[in-house]
Amino acid sequence: MASSDGNKNTNTEPWGGFDDNIIQGTGSAVIDMENMDDTSGSSFEDMGEMHQRMKEEEEVAAEAEATEEETGEDGEFLGMKGIKGQLGRQVADEVWQAGKRQASKAFNLYANIDILRPYFDVEPIQVRNRLIESMIPIRMINFPQKIAGELYGPMMLVFTLVAILLHGMKTSGTVIREGTLMGTAIGTCFGYWLGVSSFIYFLAYLCNAQITMLQMLSLLGYGLFGHCVVLFVTYNVHFHSLFYILWLVIGGLSTLRMVAAIISRTVGQTPRLILCGTLAALHMLFLLYLHFAYHKIVEGILDTLEGPNLPPIQRVARDLPVVATAAVNAMNVTVKTLGVILQSH
Amino acid sequence: MAEVDESSKPMFAGLSDVSISTDIPVEGEINVPVGTSSQDDEYSTLDEPVKDTILRDLTAVGKKFVHVMYPKKSSALLRDWDLWGPLLLCVTLALMLQGGSVDSKEDEGPQFAEVFVIIWFGSVIITLNSKLLGGTISFFQSLCVLGYCIMPLTVAMIVCRLVLLGGSGKVSFIIRLLVVTASFSWSTFASTAFLADSQPTNRKALVVYPVFLFYFVIGWMILTFSQST
Repeated sequence: MASSDGNKNTNTEPWGGFDDNIIQGTGSAVIDMENMDDTSGSSFEDMGEMHQRMKEEEEVAAEAEATEEETGEDGEFLGMKGIKGQLGRQVADEVWQAGKRQASKAFNLYANIDILRPYFDVEPIQVRNRLIESMIPIRMINFPQKIAGELYGPMMLVFTLVAILLHGMKTSGTVIREGTLMGTAIGTCFGYWLGVSSFIYFLAYLCNAQITMLQMLSLLGYGLFGHCVVLFVTYNVHFHSLFYILWLVIGGLSTLRMVAAIISRTVGQTPRLILCGTLAALHMLFLLYLHFAYHKIVEGILDTLEGPNLPPIQRVARDLPVVATAAVNAMNVTVKTLGVILQSH
Repeated sequence: MAEVDESSKPMFAGLSDVSISTDIPVEGEINVPVGTSSQDDEYSTLDEPVKDTILRDLTAVGKKFVHVMYPKKSSALLRDWDLWGPLLLCVTLALMLQGGSVDSKEDEGPQFAEVFVIIWFGSVIITLNSKLLGGTISFFQSLCVLGYCIMPLTVAMIVCRLVLLGGSGKVSFIIRLLVVTASFSWSTFASTAFLADSQPTNRKALVVYPVFLFYFVIGWMILTFSQST
């Protein structure tokens, strides 16, 4: 199958080189791949080369035709005067089509909401079960616990938390200097959900925990159910002790559930400690922050029923924690001293 | 073309056998559409007086309002959707909800932009949610339905303002609460009647909840609106 034409030329030795025997011998067990030329058609590479050559020939022929047309009818025939323009138009048309194809491919790839579709494939009964389960910690930590990867429940919980925060901010008369109430609420809730999820996922990556980003988002999202319940109750019933009890019990239960799920997927004492300590601290502190930052203090004085009647000066101060008030006082003192110093100059 | 060939330069004489000769008839249509303007007048709305255009659009919007007031299973809202009605309602609501002047120290009420953004972004998110859950409704149809169903809440806002004019005490609060609750449930019910048909039967609750939350937030903004003196 290999032609021996090329090989005959290389046979310069008087005693007849090795090549002849190898190529011409039909009984030879050794096939010299180097000497197989392109017309063999048996190896893939050769087929590829053949196709490439055929394509090139086609292109060359096409170009030749095109140039022939161009030079041949260089505007001589009045009717064909626009052939150059037609070629230009065809090229421009093809460029436009190629660009459009690229753009629509990119659009379909990135703006396709079908990417998210599998994460929203839930039934109402499943959502309800997961909501209840998010408050029940499971004690099995030696085997990875199953974490559902869905985004519908977490998203709805974040929006519910936003609505509850708005309610709390309105009734406490929170004054937002820069930005709007709605913007603050949305920013806080979504920032917490997305930011803390990413941070814990990053820590999990460092500590070699077996959890995906989707599972982390889902876990933290469902953990906000406890927050929603606590805030909804305490924005309407104002007892500090009630809030602390609920914070410990409900916040603690949902934190324990998340922590147990993550522990079951991590190996080693130190990584487990790092991950769970961080998550527990962030989750519990967030609930504390949400309560105190937008809380309306003294029960009985400020009532939403009679809100509009009160002149502004009678609005009660916000219940900032002791540390914050101390810091504010310290700041006031320093500013006053600075003012005195400046004045004396 | 044949005449041109004959008068061309001699170096193209060899090509005379490929040129078009006179006895081959030219085929094809070269009719230029002239004088069909009388037919076009029925389809092009560019030449009609402005009053006709506005009236036609207003009637369409008005018909849809009536459909929202009496939510029956009709497809008029879905078939020819338009966004004029939602825009009108949104701007009215935002203007009425605007609280306080720019110089006031207490920024009590939501600003115009806030209400606008809440309504439009809320609608977009609900639409995306219903599409992701497998809905068959299109993006703009859903926006149209959600926008039109804000109408009961706008009516409630007008009523609340009138009630507040009469004084703000416990009684007025109770009246306002009742009015807002009624209109918010009406809105939710009306939009559910249009939207839920496009969902598979067992997932209706998943689509209704965000709609409920959306109208709840708007209703809450209306209820807590207080006139700054």
